[in-house]
Amino acid sequence: MALLLTPAIALATESPAKVTAQQFVDLQQGNTVYPGFRRAHAKGMCVSGEFRSNGQLSAYSTATVFQRGVMPFTGRLSIAGNNPTAPDLKAPVRSLALSFAMSSTQQWRLAMNTPPVMAVADPHTFYQQIQAIQAGPAAIKQFFAEHPESKEFLTWAAQYEASGSFASETYNSINAFYLINPDGKRQAVRWAIQPTVAVAATDMQGANALQNEMASRVLAGNVVFDWVFTLADVTDDENNATKAWPDSRQNITAGQIVINSTSAQLEGGCHAINFDPLVLPTGIEATADPILRARSSAYAESYRRRATEQLTGAFKEPKND
Amino acid sequence: MTNTERFSLSMRLFHWGMAALILAMLTAGLLMVASLDGWQLTVLTVHKVFGVIAVLLVSARFINRLSQRIPALPDELTQWQKTAARLSHWLLYGLMFAMPVSGYLMQYFGARPIDVFGWFRLPAALNVDIHNYALFRELHSLLAIALIGIVMLHISAALHHHFIRKDKVLKSML
Ligand code: HEM
Ligand code: HEM
Ligand code: HEM
Repeated sequence: MALLLTPAIALATESPAKVTAQQFVDLQQGNTVYPGFRRAHAKGMCVSGEFRSNGQLSAYSTATVFQRGVMPFTGRLSIAGNNPTAPDLKAPVRSLALSFAMSSTQQWRLAMNTPPVMAVADPHTFYQQIQAIQAGPAAIKQFFAEHPESKEFLTWAAQYEASGSFASETYNSINAFYLINPDGKRQAVRWAIQPTVAVAATDMQGANALQNEMASRVLAGNVVFDWVFTLADVTDDENNATKAWPDSRQNITAGQIVINSTSAQLEGGCHAINFDPLVLPTGIEATADPILRARSSAYAESYRRRATEQLTGAFKEPKND
Repeated sequence: MTNTERFSLSMRLFHWGMAALILAMLTAGLLMVASLDGWQLTVLTVHKVFGVIAVLLVSARFINRLSQRIPALPDELTQWQKTAARLSHWLLYGLMFAMPVSGYLMQYFGARPIDVFGWFRLPAALNVDIHNYALFRELHSLLAIALIGIVMLHISAALHHHFIRKDKVLKSML
């Protein structure tokens, strides 16, 4: 009997080999280092604009951004990968990062991706997933077969069709956070920045197709997204980024994200920012989600490398306003 | 310098309290920058707060020291040994001060306000200054390496005095 249980116990307690923040960033940067650039999401463009808050979320969080009003941001649209010159349309993941500099004591950074969930639930397994991706199609197929928790991610990936614009994608927090209300009560939430336009994939050409499309779109007029928060129920697990919460959960639209200008990443203010999602204002707190918790030290390691490269001149100084 | 045998009680309390704090800060710092685990964020938060406490403590300690009589170094020591001992102590004071200051400035230029257990927040720059961030980030590391080296020498010297020279140096701090 005990013998029969052994594999089950082994499976249940099996944990992936631990990796350090340095090993993780080494893997992300790969064999070709691009000095001065991010080790992940290296290619991107700066955007800026404002969050028009409707005040709906102020009952759930004391964070000043959620009060009714307008809050400017510096943002960055990017694609996943280590190469700052990679072709826009080849990347499987598109991203939006935002930085709200509310005051000298209140800052909020957000980094969001197109998938709504992760394929794996912890950073050490995520490391193996990236290894498998780098090793090729057979390895990643085997990896997913061995990791049933990737099911929801794969279901999403199977139906996802990349659109023809950064403006027509949904950007998800993936990880959950707590909103803290004036009475100190906390509510787990995830959010999605949802497009208000639909742009079909076209036969755009060139490595900078998405950036060029976005730049001319914003020149013609503001690009608007709805910022929708999903409130967890007591039965939902806020610490597991592989599981979406049921559609029946309450959604609250906090307002609109309005992008009104773009610039090349070396010309805008976004290149200097570390969009570490654990830089949070009063009124928002981190959950114990192992993926979320891993992000701060990995982002810091990547940021340290590129910041020091910029300081020592390994990289030509980018303009920063 | 003077003829007292032992460091005053206030100096001994400061010494051992801060020795424990500094060793804990070094250990926490080295472990957290490598870790991807859930406790990293918690330790980082505590590291920043205790680092700020350390700069207040070392300032108080330094002011206190200026008003104290301290035991003379053993007469058997050569002049250069005495100079080295004093120099190392000044370096320790300097580093105990420079470590938290560089840590805070790194966060300041990274535009990352420091949350003190939810009670209040220490200010940071509104916009990131990546060059100064890099400067103080690297300084924080380099100073930490220097501090670790000097603390190791310092501890070896204290043990050397006690077990090999069998003089009163270590006892003067106990
Ligand atoms: C264990 C999990 C993760 C690790 C280790 C990781 C690591 C990294 C690193 C090292 C960077 C570069 C940071 C810099 O130099 O500024 C980065 C950027 C980014 N990550 Fe992650 N990441 C993780 C999970 C996620 C998740 C779940 C999301 C989406 C929700 C995400 C979205 C982004 C975005 C959007 C950027 C680019 C931000 C920018 O424009 O500067 N990451 N990530
Ligand atoms: C007695 C005071 C302090 C000591 C001995 C100390 C020591 C250390 C050490 C050894 C590291 C690891 C460095 C490395 O491996 O590169 C570190 C990292 C760090 N320290 Fe301190 N520290 C002190 C005070 C502070 C203060 C006051 C702050 C901020 C308010 C601070 C913020 C940080 C941060 C943010 C990191 C991580 C940087 C990163 O992840 O890139 N430290 N510290
Ligand atoms: C845990 C092992 C340690 C031992 C056994 C030890 C022992 C001693 C002894 C015996 C003295 C007196 C030296 C004399 O008479 O001149 C001393 C002084 C001193 N120690 Fe330590 N120490 C330790 C750790 C530390 C640490 C970690 C620090 C700070 C980073 C430190 C900072 C100092 C300073 C600044 C003085 C000079 C005090 C003054 O003259 O104002 N010690 N220590």
